[in-house]
Amino acid sequence: MTGTGVRPFRVLVTKIGLDGHDRGSRIVAAYLRDAGMEVIYTPPWQTIDGVVKLATEEDVDVIGISSLATDHLIVPKMMDALREAGLGHVAVVVGGIVPEAERPALAAAGVGRVFGPGAARDEIVDCVAALGRKSRAARVDDYSEANP
Amino acid sequence: MSQAAVQLPLPGFEQALGQWRSDYERQMAGEKAVRNRSGIEIQPLYTPRDRAGERYLDDLGFPGQYPYTRGIYPSMHRGRTWTQRQLIGLGTPQDYNTRVRRIIDAGATAISLLPCCSGFRGIDCDEVDPVLLGTCGTVVNTTDHMDAALDGVPLGTISTAMNDPSPFTLLAFTLGVARRRGIDWRSVTGTSNQSDYISHFIANHQFYRLSLPGSRRVLLDHIEFCRRAVPNWNPLSVVGQHMQQAGATPAETMGFTLSTAIQYAQDCIERGMDVDDVLRRFTFFFDISISFFEEIAKFRAGRRIWARIARERFGAKDPACWRFKFHGQTSGVDLTQQQPLNNIARVSVQAMAGILSGLQSMHTDAYDEAIACPSEETARIAVATQNILRDEAQLCAVIDPLGGSYYVERLTDEMEAEIEAVIARIDAAGGMYKAAEAGLVQTMIGDSALAFQEQLETGARKVVGVNCYQVEEEDATIPPAERPDTQAMAQHVERFKAFKRERSQEPVARALNALARAAGSARENVFEKVVEAAEAGVTHGEMVSCLRRELGFGHPLIVA
Repeated sequence: MTGTGVRPFRVLVTKIGLDGHDRGSRIVAAYLRDAGMEVIYTPPWQTIDGVVKLATEEDVDVIGISSLATDHLIVPKMMDALREAGLGHVAVVVGGIVPEAERPALAAAGVGRVFGPGAARDEIVDCVAALGRKSRAARVDDYSEANP
Repeated sequence: MSQAAVQLPLPGFEQALGQWRSDYERQMAGEKAVRNRSGIEIQPLYTPRDRAGERYLDDLGFPGQYPYTRGIYPSMHRGRTWTQRQLIGLGTPQDYNTRVRRIIDAGATAISLLPCCSGFRGIDCDEVDPVLLGTCGTVVNTTDHMDAALDGVPLGTISTAMNDPSPFTLLAFTLGVARRRGIDWRSVTGTSNQSDYISHFIANHQFYRLSLPGSRRVLLDHIEFCRRAVPNWNPLSVVGQHMQQAGATPAETMGFTLSTAIQYAQDCIERGMDVDDVLRRFTFFFDISISFFEEIAKFRAGRRIWARIARERFGAKDPACWRFKFHGQTSGVDLTQQQPLNNIARVSVQAMAGILSGLQSMHTDAYDEAIACPSEETARIAVATQNILRDEAQLCAVIDPLGGSYYVERLTDEMEAEIEAVIARIDAAGGMYKAAEAGLVQTMIGDSALAFQEQLETGARKVVGVNCYQVEEEDATIPPAERPDTQAMAQHVERFKAFKRERSQEPVARALNALARAAGSARENVFEKVVEAAEAGVTHGEMVSCLRRELGFGHPLIVA
């Protein structure tokens, strides 16, 4: 359903920062895998540099960050690091406990979507697929610009 | 000893029961089976027939009597109600101190301390992105920090629970503070709340710092040291909470937790400790979900099984070892970000289950716990919930008030069978340490978590505001997240850096060498060296990294 005739989307599901609660990230990883996507899953506590490196090496379309205990506060720094590494086309979604008041900062930093607890499987899968398509399209543009 | 079972049949009983059953089935044709979270099928009605085989003294007994199904003390909450132990921790040690003193002024006789996530990771505050510091707990990296956190707190009379995984630096800092204040360590009471490294390895990677064998070693040293030098401290709290929060069913949780306690008891005995001296200090820590009767049955069954394990499996002779002392925390997993005020109702039901189960100590979640660290106002409501249940609802007047209920007794028996099956499975795998090392427990928990999630998705399990009864919400009902003062935190970090620069370096180096040496020698006690290092001015991060070099870094096992 997500391939739209092309190769499956590649999604990195990970956690950055200090928190280790991984029930949510594991369940979302299973959702995306069951929907036919290629999921690269890591244990918690990745560094921002580590995520950038993994995203480059694994050539992912979307990065999913799971945050339970305030680690979303460093996501804007991760967005900067992705852009600096030339990965501005990679879409980012955040899922977990993100207070309403702190969501605009994530949107402003370029996060594609924030999911709270109770988000439905289909909603997550559809959103990641849509962002994956956008990410691929953006990458093609970059490519054509670089090779006119 | 065996007693006469309940007399059946009563005159006319079978006929009346048969009549009810046919009436019921006529109205409920095609009804689907109802199951609790542990998978036990729940009948529409329980009757004297469900208690037909009961042997009252063997199965239930009286409160304070083996096997303690009805409670571990003769007077239970009628004599002394549970300890209200709200978990707190936020910001700098000064922030913590302000809040904890207010709690003590309000009458608390027990406190707790939750350290910053950076502490859980085993690193100091100068090694972390400052925006994360103190957002989930208090930044305590040195004895000085602990001194500030506990300023004016009567150590020696108040019980303190530390969320303090291996190598237990928070207790070491606390003992340093006690020494400074001239307080006898033998009067220091409380619990090392996060000493259960197996549960961290399996389900709460948050607290997992040292390699599995390293953690095993340090825990035993910690228990041994505390029994000798801090005899009123509970060095071990076996934690079911992590596993239930990660998705284990209530029955699995109790089974895994008791298997973990069995493992630690065996390890202590192999180390040469006296079983009667050590088991009396075992305590337990559980989640209380909203599955009301199931939780009550879980705890009643757990009490009975532990009593038998302690007495029969380990041969403990002192009844203090048979008593299953537990702290319960209302489960954050059941709380919702949607319509957050509804969480007050959920917490009330969870807390009632805990109280009716006969717990010894309780934390009730604040209604914003699914969103952020609780604010003072929401934390006050959480405590008020306990006070209302205790003082207004008269839940403490009768001991084990659900005892004798056809349903509760039957469910207690059925939960017991489920729990014992889990323990048998872990025994067959070579015990909890090996079962965790091999990933067996992680796989079981992962399967249960996914099954539960599927029930939510299909709507088979309803959660108000999440998969039914959703409403358009106004932001005003959602309390804003409280974040620590960034300027105060920056100053805290600067002072910490200055402390490290200006402290007397020689004793620090000597203490770290002694710590490393102890880790490499089976004859020395690692925790004793942690306590000495804390007094010499060594920081939390320095001690953890020293032990990680010597004993190995802790990597949780992630099972797909």
